[in-house]
Amino acid sequence: MLVYLIRRLLQSAVVLLVMSMLVFLGVFAIGDPIEILINPQADQAEIARARNALGLDLPLWEQYARFLVNAATGDLGRSFVHNIPAIDLIFQRMPATLELAITATLMGVVLGVPLGMWAGLKPNSMVGKSIMAGSILGFSLPTFWVGLMLIMIFAVQLGWLPSTGRGETRSVLGIQLSILTLDGLSHIALPALNLALFKLSLVIRLARAGTREAVLQDYVKFARAKGLAQKRVVWVHVFKNILIPIVTVLGLELGTTIAFAVVTETIFAWPGMGKLIIDSINLLDRPVVVAYLMIIVFMFIFINFAVDLVYSVLDPRVRLSDAKA
Amino acid sequence: MRPNQPVLAVESLRTHFDTRAGVLKAVDDVSFQVAPGQVLGLVGESGSGKTVTGFSIIGLVDPPGRVAGGKVLFKGEDLVGASEERLRGLRGDRVAMIFQDPMMTLNPVLRVDTQMIEAIQAHDPKVDRKAALIRARDALGRVGIPSPDERLKAYPHQFSGGMRQRVAIAIALLNKPDLIIADEPTTALDVTIQGQILYEVQKLCRETGAALIWITHDLSVVAGLADAVCVMYAGRIVESGSVDDVLDRPMHPYTAGLIGSVPSRNRRGSKLAQIPGMTPSLLNLPQGCAFRTRCSHAQPGCAVEPPITQPVPGRTLRCFHPVGLAHAHA
Repeated sequence: MLVYLIRRLLQSAVVLLVMSMLVFLGVFAIGDPIEILINPQADQAEIARARNALGLDLPLWEQYARFLVNAATGDLGRSFVHNIPAIDLIFQRMPATLELAITATLMGVVLGVPLGMWAGLKPNSMVGKSIMAGSILGFSLPTFWVGLMLIMIFAVQLGWLPSTGRGETRSVLGIQLSILTLDGLSHIALPALNLALFKLSLVIRLARAGTREAVLQDYVKFARAKGLAQKRVVWVHVFKNILIPIVTVLGLELGTTIAFAVVTETIFAWPGMGKLIIDSINLLDRPVVVAYLMIIVFMFIFINFAVDLVYSVLDPRVRLSDAKA
Repeated sequence: MRPNQPVLAVESLRTHFDTRAGVLKAVDDVSFQVAPGQVLGLVGESGSGKTVTGFSIIGLVDPPGRVAGGKVLFKGEDLVGASEERLRGLRGDRVAMIFQDPMMTLNPVLRVDTQMIEAIQAHDPKVDRKAALIRARDALGRVGIPSPDERLKAYPHQFSGGMRQRVAIAIALLNKPDLIIADEPTTALDVTIQGQILYEVQKLCRETGAALIWITHDLSVVAGLADAVCVMYAGRIVESGSVDDVLDRPMHPYTAGLIGSVPSRNRRGSKLAQIPGMTPSLLNLPQGCAFRTRCSHAQPGCAVEPPITQPVPGRTLRCFHPVGLAHAHA
C-alpha cells in the first residue's frame, strides 16, 4: 500500500510537471497580454516598464523557471487584471462551482441508479422502456437549450424557482454555501438539474447495463435459491456489483463538471469558476489561466486517486498494491 | 407426514419456454419421487431439461420459461402456483440447491460470513448475528473447511474452486433442508476434488436424513452415489428405476447407448461406442419418440408417442422396442 502511494504520488508529480509545460507554452502562444492590459495611449517607456513589472520581458524558459519555483511554494502568480494572487481569485469562486457540480452529480446518482436498476430488472415493461427513452433525450438535448427551457418553464411561466444567482448563502468554515439555506436551495435547483441531466442519463444506462448483466449471473440465482427476499437480492447482491463502472464514470464526470460547467454557469449567472476562466482567457490574464488549469489537473489527479480507493472498497478483488496505476 | 410419504413427488411436470421460434418444451411430462434419505440421480445430456427440472421444483425458472402444467408435491403441498412468498420461504430453508459452477455461485463482492448469515436470517429473522455466525462456522467445519473462524471473514476469490463448492454446500445445508437439489456440483471440479465432494455430500445427507436429487451427465457418479435414477432425453424421462437395475440392465436404447459410451477396461482396444447423431433441437423434435432418429431399434411405429410403461415393478420406460427385455423377463 505504501509503495503504491509513493509510486502514485511520483506519477502525479510528473503529470503536473508535463501539464504545466503544455499550459505555459499554450498560453504563451495565444498572444502578448500587454497589448490588452495597457492603455493604448501609453508610450514605449511605459509599456517597457509594465512588461518588466509583469516579468514578460524575460525569455520564455526563464518565465517558466520562475513560475515553477514560485509554484513549488504555492504561489501561482498574481492576476494581471485584478492584481491579487491568482489562486485567491480562483478559490473565491471555487465553492460555488464545487457546490453546483457535486449537487448535480448527487442528483444524477440518487435518481439514476434506482431508475437504471428498474429498467434493468424489467427491460420489457412500459416503465423500463420509458426510462430508456428518457435517457436518450437526456443524452442528446444540448445543455444550453435545456437550461433555457428550464428557465422558461420554471422561472418565467410557473414562477416557482429563481433563475439567476446563488441566493442566500451560509458560511461554513469560511466557505459560502447555498445548499444550507432554503433560498439558496431554490437557486441551485435549476442549474443543478440542468447539469445533472446528462449525468443522470449516463448513470441510468450504466446501471441498466450492469443490472441486466448481473441478474443473469449464478450468484443472483443462488441468492434467490437461498430464499432471500427480492429487496435484498437487488439492493445487496446486484447493487454492489454494478457500482464499479458507475463510480469510474462519475469520477471523470465530476471533474469535467467542475472544470467546464461554463455553459450552465453562464445561463444561470452562477458566480463560479467557469465565468472567471472565460473572462481571463479574453483578457489574456495568463497567471489566472495557468493557475486554473493547474488546479484542474490537480483535481483530476485527486479524483482519480479517490476513485481507485473506492474501487478497493467496493471490490475485494482489487488490490491497490498490484494495480498498475 | 407419513413415514413412507415421499419428500417430493413430481407429477407430469411441464416447463415451457415461449420463444420467438415457438414453444420450447424443456420439461415435458416428467414424473418422479424422492423419499427421505434417498438419493435420486437425474441423468441426461446437455439440454435434456434436467437443470430446468431442478429450477422448476423451487419456482426459479426465469422468463420466458414457465411451468405450464403438472404438480410438484413437496410433502404433499403443491408448489406449482404457490405464492412467491411461500416459495421464498421454502427455498434455502426446506429445499436447498447447489449449483454447477462454484466460481460463479458466490457473490464476489460479499464476504462469506455475510452470504451465510443472510441465508439464516432470511428464514429466521430472530436469530441474531452472533448466533448466526456460530451456525455458519459450524457449517463450514462440517463440510471440511479448515480454520472456519478465519475463513468466514474471507471473500470468495480467496478460496479455491473445490473450497468454494464446499462453502456453497455449507450454505445449502445451513437450515437443514429436507431436500437438496444438486445441479452437477462436481462437473467444474478436478476429479480428485470431485471424489471428496461426493463423499462429503453423501455423508451429510446420511447424517441429516435429507433427500438428494443429483443432476448430472456422468453415469459413473450416479453409479456410486444414487439409489434411484431417472434418465432424461429431450425433456422427458425415458427410463427410471433403481440404479442397479437401470445401469446393469438398461431397457431404453438411449440408456444402453449412454452406458455403452462410458470407457471401460473390459473393452480395451476396441473403438469407443457412441450414439450416432446429435441431440435434436427442442424446437424441432422428431414426432413420437424423440430418440427414434438416432435409435438402432426404431421402427415406423415409433412416430407415435410411446406411453410410460412399467415393464417390471419399480421401473418405468418410454419405449416400444426396449433392448434386453427378454433378459429382464428371465
